[in-house]
Amino acid sequence: MALHVGSYPLVKKEELAKGFYSFTLSCPEAAEAAKPGQFVNLKVPEFSLRRPISICEIDKAAGTLRLVLEVRGDGTEKLAAFEEGDKIDMLAPLGNGFAVNPAEKAAVIGGGIGVPPMLELAKRFSGTAYAVLGFRNEDASILEEDFRACCADTLLYTDDGSKGEKGFVTDGLKKLLSREKLDVIYACGPEIMLKNVIRLADSAGVRCQVSMEQRMACGVGACYVCACRMVMDGEEYYGHVCKDGPVFDSKQLVL
Amino acid sequence: MADLSVKIAGVSFKNPVIPASGTFGYGREYAEFYDIGKLGGISVKGTTLERRDGNPPPRVAETPAGMLNSVGLQNPGVEHFIREEIPYLKGTGVKIIANIAGSTPEDYAEMARRLDETDVDMIELNISCPNVKCGGAAFGTDPEVAGGITRLVKAATKKPVMVKLTPNVTDIALMAKAVEAEGADAVSLINTLLGMRIDIKTRRPVLKNNVGGLSGPAVFPVAVRMVWQVANAVKIPVVGMGGIATWKDAVEMMMAGASAVQVGAALFTNPYAPVEIIDGLNRYLDENGIAGVSDIVGTVQPW
Ligand SMILES: Cc1cc2nc3c(=O)[nH]c(=O)nc-3n(C[C@H](O)[C@H](O)[C@H](O)COP(=O)(O)OP(=O)(O)OC[C@H]3O[C@@H](n4cnc5c(N)ncnc54)[C@H](O)[C@@H]3O)c2cc1C
Ligand SMILES: Cc1cc2nc3c(=O)[nH]c(=O)nc-3n(C[C@H](O)[C@H](O)[C@H](O)COP(=O)(O)O)c2cc1C
Ligand code: FES
Repeated sequence: MALHVGSYPLVKKEELAKGFYSFTLSCPEAAEAAKPGQFVNLKVPEFSLRRPISICEIDKAAGTLRLVLEVRGDGTEKLAAFEEGDKIDMLAPLGNGFAVNPAEKAAVIGGGIGVPPMLELAKRFSGTAYAVLGFRNEDASILEEDFRACCADTLLYTDDGSKGEKGFVTDGLKKLLSREKLDVIYACGPEIMLKNVIRLADSAGVRCQVSMEQRMACGVGACYVCACRMVMDGEEYYGHVCKDGPVFDSKQLVL
Repeated sequence: MADLSVKIAGVSFKNPVIPASGTFGYGREYAEFYDIGKLGGISVKGTTLERRDGNPPPRVAETPAGMLNSVGLQNPGVEHFIREEIPYLKGTGVKIIANIAGSTPEDYAEMARRLDETDVDMIELNISCPNVKCGGAAFGTDPEVAGGITRLVKAATKKPVMVKLTPNVTDIALMAKAVEAEGADAVSLINTLLGMRIDIKTRRPVLKNNVGGLSGPAVFPVAVRMVWQVANAVKIPVVGMGGIATWKDAVEMMMAGASAVQVGAALFTNPYAPVEIIDGLNRYLDENGIAGVSDIVGTVQPW
């Protein structure tokens, strides 16, 4: 069985920046089954709906998954209160994940809380991937060192220039596209960022995969709440982020 | 081992626990967690004559002890259901309840005709969906229309017909009596209660559809009250749902008068909820020396 549900111990908790937490959970079966780009669905004490969080790193040898979450509302605030040793009820791994060919020249683009899922993906390219990371400001910037350790180059942007260069990830992607011949671009972040990344990828003729967000309930494809506009053979329809995604080929989406 | 089996409108269910329509797809996803053949039955996603795309997202909002949804009956249409889903479900051995919704009364009859020759065990008429513009709950709030649809469907099929009632009415017992009089073999209730949430930062409703259906533990006491009122008003079996999350809730709902229960939103918190409810019912009956689960139905002793 590929899906796992259970209560898993939080073995390591770190505050990466104010309001950003890194959780390492010991969950050997889920870690064994997980792929970059997949997500987990965490139960929040006293809440009905689980909260979807992307897988940031997979350590099959240690049997752990790393998640990075940003406090954005009541549910994530409650999750952030878990301490090392606590058990977290988790459904994992969910969704499809990125298609990876380690021989390709890849760029991973992350904006804000879209940065964490790009880390495990970048690692799959054994040091050859380029990373472009974007954050609101220095206080909200996370995981820079992790990317520097596994990527050929890491370009960092903040909206206000308080860290890295002032600008958007699309500025970094333009720079990369002008100097490298990329095979594939991967992106996760706000929808407007994804739109602009796809536009750049299309005009450069580079394949592009993006990871989408939508409000969820079941997380497994049974309730149809997490709709996103898709297109096949010219016909538009609602697909579902939790099952058809969260990773989509840019050509499948209507953004 | 107590006897968990129940018989509703001539259909034998091995236990009284049934995932509710729209929360369990066609069973395939939850078959990754457990053998869905263990369940009493499955009420599948609401099916329409033609494929329906549903409402724009966001389609879900969290609420205290529950949730709102505004899916709007997204489904691939009745022919797809017959061709692709019935054979799969049949193979699992679970009893199949086809949940159908029409934009016109004739739609219901047409779907019932097409389902008549299939392996579905029962047809549930969804005259109570709050999320669609044509038909839906509008049919379920008028006793004449609800009765009329029931009559048309009964004439179109030999399958047992269960009518799913909306709580968004003043007198739900009146609705139940109206469909019973036109030949309904059972009633199920409650569908979702119409609700709304607003994001105070953006002053926008959370749901793109503005309003949606409330379900989950928040609605449980309303559902128990309505099942009790309906069970006292009709002779046909009542299937109870609305906020059931544990075996204790199931026992309470059955004591109120439900012959079986459906479980919806609880699945999203705990995918194992239906199987845990089955196990809990079994233990409860054994520990209390009750021979069969049907023995508790309607046993509430009102003051
Ligand atoms: C596939 C996927 C992967 C994600 N990965 C991460 C991650 O790695 N790290 C991280 O911090 N966040 C991630 N998110 C976003 C995260 O799920 C939301 O921030 C979180 O659910 C907000 O919950 P809340 O109770 O704090 O906020 P509230 O706004 O109070 O939540 C209310 C409801 O809306 C839902 N909701 C609100 N915002 C979002 C959103 N952006 N996406 C989906 N549902 C939302 C909640 O789940 C809840 O049901 C991901 C979302 C998806 C769909
Ligand atoms: C996401 C979602 C989708 C639903 N879709 C349908 C549907 O297609 N047809 C239907 O008759 N009821 C539908 N319902 C209503 C449920 O079947 C059930 O009546 C209601 O949710 C109350 O039960 P609960 O509190 O256990 O969820 C849906 C409910 C939810 C939460
Ligand atoms: S969350 Fe239920 S289908 Fe995606």
